Amino acid sequence: MRLTQKSATLLALAVIVALAPLFFPSSFYYRVGALIFVNGLAVTGIVILTGWAGQISLGHAGFAGIGAYACALAPVHLGLHPAGAVLLGAAISAVLAWLVGRPILRLKGYYLAVASLGMGILISMVLNNERDLTRGPDGIDVPDLGLRGALKAAGLDLSNGQFWYFFCGIALLLGAWLALNLFNSPTGRALRALHGSEIAARTVGIDVARLKLQAFVISAVYASVSGSLLALQNKFITPDVAGFMHSVEMVTMAVLGGVGSVAGAIFGAAVLTLLPQVLTVFAEYEQLVLGTVMVLVMIFLREGVVPSILRKIRGAGE
Amino acid sequence: MKTFLTTTALVALGLAGPALAEIKIGASLSATGPAAFLGDPELKTLELLVEELNAKGGINGEPVELIAYDDNGDPNKARTFATRLVEDDEVVAIIGGTTTGTTMSILSVAEEAEIPFISLAGAIDIIDPVKPFTFKTPHTDRMACQKIFEDMQKRGIASIGMISGTDGFGASMQAQCKSVVGDYGITIVADETYDPKDADMTAQLTKIKGTEGVQAVLNPGFGQGPSIVTRNYKQLAIDLPFYQSHGVASDGFIQLAGTDAAEGVRLPGTALLVADLLAEDDPQKPVVAAYKAAFEAKTGTPVGTFGGYAHDAFLIMTDAIARAGSAEPAAIRDAIEATSGLAGTTGIYTFSPEDHLGLDLSAFRMLEIKDGKWTLVE
Repeated sequence: MRLTQKSATLLALAVIVALAPLFFPSSFYYRVGALIFVNGLAVTGIVILTGWAGQISLGHAGFAGIGAYACALAPVHLGLHPAGAVLLGAAISAVLAWLVGRPILRLKGYYLAVASLGMGILISMVLNNERDLTRGPDGIDVPDLGLRGALKAAGLDLSNGQFWYFFCGIALLLGAWLALNLFNSPTGRALRALHGSEIAARTVGIDVARLKLQAFVISAVYASVSGSLLALQNKFITPDVAGFMHSVEMVTMAVLGGVGSVAGAIFGAAVLTLLPQVLTVFAEYEQLVLGTVMVLVMIFLREGVVPSILRKIRGAGE
Repeated sequence: MKTFLTTTALVALGLAGPALAEIKIGASLSATGPAAFLGDPELKTLELLVEELNAKGGINGEPVELIAYDDNGDPNKARTFATRLVEDDEVVAIIGGTTTGTTMSILSVAEEAEIPFISLAGAIDIIDPVKPFTFKTPHTDRMACQKIFEDMQKRGIASIGMISGTDGFGASMQAQCKSVVGDYGITIVADETYDPKDADMTAQLTKIKGTEGVQAVLNPGFGQGPSIVTRNYKQLAIDLPFYQSHGVASDGFIQLAGTDAAEGVRLPGTALLVADLLAEDDPQKPVVAAYKAAFEAKTGTPVGTFGGYAHDAFLIMTDAIARAGSAEPAAIRDAIEATSGLAGTTGIYTFSPEDHLGLDLSAFRMLEIKDGKWTLVE
């Protein structure tokens, strides 16, 4: 049953990524799709941390910032290829998450939320103020990944929008596949056990602190890679990517769609990325609509949109 | 959903009458968010001008449609909206980029699609090096520094203290001022900074006051910070000429700082602030007066430098489209580059293939605040 659900999620995702372009009225929608995938990747990390391990982070944008600025700075200062910079950013994010999480995650309760909030703000301040390195709030150029050019040379000529749509789509599929594998592994089961009851999990011999730390580090890597993809795609990045609002956005997306399910979280990312585009006509009411949707979901679909609806469908079928 | 809306809109238009060949101009502005005090008047200005222009019959008889999006000052959103303007709305030109960050995002989309783009942001990086399709209307902070140092030189000031905000505007201008100060034989003997959110800058000012040889003080900054600096300056009774930047060239600054503290403050501003004081034969007089009257009648709020940037961008763009006689992006671009002696609210624009800013130092007027009013120096 579990296995089929995993395959079903991946299959559905793959079909959507592959077939959605057939319905695009203009090539602008490739851009929106690519953004949904980038956000979906970050939110998949939130699912692992919040949905499965039960920890909340309010500083994940900080990791996205590290991933993004690694792509901007490492090729220039270290002579690294942008693809190498993505890995470097992910490594730095993982080490930082480990350093911050190790002492904090030994504590019970929501200390991680506070610690990560502080960490996120610190990263954002560094990016804003270290002008000699990051060029400050006005932002910095990011070198080209070069893959599109290579594909073109190999005979596959994609427009910029198309390339990033499929590239980010594949990255998201990969991320979702890894996350779903984790879900079904012993580690995943242990994570869910500790989310259910920390004491019970400890009693059956699960190293609670170590597991939480693992989840935090993994989710940091997801956020970092999503930041890198955003930077490479935009070829320009500002410290806004590491801002507090971006952290909140990630958590909101996950909670809206269903923080316990990868499919749900990606759905949440899709809704919140699309909404501002649909609501341009009433831009002033955007925040109002967002807030109302969140409140309604929290009252009527407490597990998030996708899991709640799936449960209803299953309940009706039985 | 979007397709549905578009289709409905198209059907509605179709029913309303025969389709006109509309000239679509796109805009992505920060009408809300942290830069709203810049983006909001810019958006209102564009809406006002489009209305005026269409009432007069449009450009060469063709009506203009403005498609404007609010990017919240978020560069990532600005890039998405720029892509939407190019790919989905199929505009012939883009105005916008309220901040340097959003401008840089729109710039790469516009350059790739080869659509003429006029930015409303300050940084010199936007047009230096020159990019084929990107232009901008506000003068650079380097020019503001030059104008200020020119005035100091005339007053025989040779050593100054600087107190700068650490926000994008303040830091960029601080760096630019430091790089040109040598050309005017002036040395910076004290160099302090403050966070834009600070509530008190007396510590930094006391340090400047205590520095040997300071003859004047310059405060590059933006928003509320400079008003606080101005009040502290008065409280500490520093009796030296005090210069602000064009970042605070609005009536709001005098109100925030207080008439008393703002007395004698000098800054480089645009003709728009002193519309009533301009000489009758001033080439900018008619355009400035007309914009001021129209904007204030429509919105009930005083005109500001930033709305003026949008005014000039629209003026340059529509003037170029009219001269090009076509709405082909490449033709518009060439026409913008051939703009010569066009009087706007910010200055008189003359573009060339090497100069996509089109303004020189004469666009700035040195202003002094006297009894809570702007006056022209000289």
